[in-house]
Amino acid sequence: MLGDLTADSKPSLVRKARLRYEEVRKTDFLLLPERVVKLNPTGAAILRLCDGTRTVREITKALEAQYGQAELEQEVLEFLRTVADQGWIE
Amino acid sequence: MTQNSGVPAPYSLLAEITHRCPLHCVYCSNPLELSAPQTELATEDWLRVLEQAHALGVVQVHFSGGEPLDRADLEQMVRRARALGLYTNLITSGLGLTRPRARALADDGLDSVQLSVQDAGAVLSDSMAGRKAFAAKQQATEAAREAGLPLSMNVVLHRLNLERVEEIIDLCLSWGAERLELANAQYYGWALVNLERLLPSREQLEKAEAVYQRKKAFLRGKMELIWVRSDYYERFPKPCMGGWGRIHLTVSPDGFVLPCPVAKTIKTLRFDSVQERSLSWIWYQSPAFNRFRGWDWMPEPCRSCSRRFEDFGGCRCQAFALAGDAAKTDPVCQWAPDHALVEAAVARGSEAHRASPSTPRESKETFRGLVYRHLRAS
Repeated sequence: MLGDLTADSKPSLVRKARLRYEEVRKTDFLLLPERVVKLNPTGAAILRLCDGTRTVREITKALEAQYGQAELEQEVLEFLRTVADQGWIE
Repeated sequence: MTQNSGVPAPYSLLAEITHRCPLHCVYCSNPLELSAPQTELATEDWLRVLEQAHALGVVQVHFSGGEPLDRADLEQMVRRARALGLYTNLITSGLGLTRPRARALADDGLDSVQLSVQDAGAVLSDSMAGRKAFAAKQQATEAAREAGLPLSMNVVLHRLNLERVEEIIDLCLSWGAERLELANAQYYGWALVNLERLLPSREQLEKAEAVYQRKKAFLRGKMELIWVRSDYYERFPKPCMGGWGRIHLTVSPDGFVLPCPVAKTIKTLRFDSVQERSLSWIWYQSPAFNRFRGWDWMPEPCRSCSRRFEDFGGCRCQAFALAGDAAKTDPVCQWAPDHALVEAAVARGSEAHRASPSTPRESKETFRGLVYRHLRAS
């Protein structure tokens, strides 16, 4: 459980959740047994990096490089805490 | 991108690959006219359906029935669905989900299993299913978990089991469910036939819902609980299927494409088959799918009602079953011209509940007179 997600946590998607880029709508989705969650491109980019080996800090660095931005850690943490609350990452 | 202005692409496909089922549940939502085994689509038809669904924009497929494990080609379909990137869910009674089969399905890429249970104990559960199944269900949950398959469970609630909702929740937790759908019976198909025996009283419902609320808070993070309301006791109808032909499509065992699993009961509509038309044509062009899209078809009081954007006028199948016209307001709505039909059923339910002991004894008497799901002799 990631009740207290920090920059050192190594989140990964739970077994029942799957990320998918859908070609007809050109949109990323998080797929769950009875739910389809539409993701914005940033959310999808964050979740794609959640492989259980990278820390949130490393995920943030990768995103900052990808988007040419700095100080994204707080944003990434907030997003991942929301996702963890839903039980979609562990 | 849509092919028809304003019509969104579908998200989910319910593949009812067979109506064969080892269980005979008294509230089965399958139609009374079940598809005969000899009319079932062949493997290659289903593989084509999966490909066409994917091309349409479907992202999730639920393999259901009947009992989908009754088909030996289920694994082939799961493999194809996963190769297309579809999220694959198996909706099963659990009968037939042996350890080797669970393992094979997991290897083929099955994403999750949803398993039904009828009650908290073997005697009542088996009585509702019309055969011994409880022990096999428990074994199926073990097989699913050992194969690493995420497990959801569901139970249909009604007069004969609502008072054991706490025991049912505890059972599903002990069987390793991550999610439990507590689905109050919706009165279609076999449940409508048995309505007088199954419809609970308002007091029963309210007590059970309070138990659900308490357990939901208590189990947060351990098991997700979902409560599906009993629409007969609501003031407004449910947004059935999220609207006709907006999100979902069902393909019946014999290949008919339907906006919901019950729609074939609407005898005034002609549905199209995957053996004659493409899914895309059926979704975007067919008269049946376009019949109840949007707002123009609506009668009053829906037409001028602000709720029409939320509930889409309710359920077309219920309007047809109760009021004899699929284009009428769902009789569940308190403002529907035919609402008296639902009020009368609710009154009969409460009356019957008062007349009989609230908690059914584990005796044959409790189940006398119920009609069990069966294939009609033709």
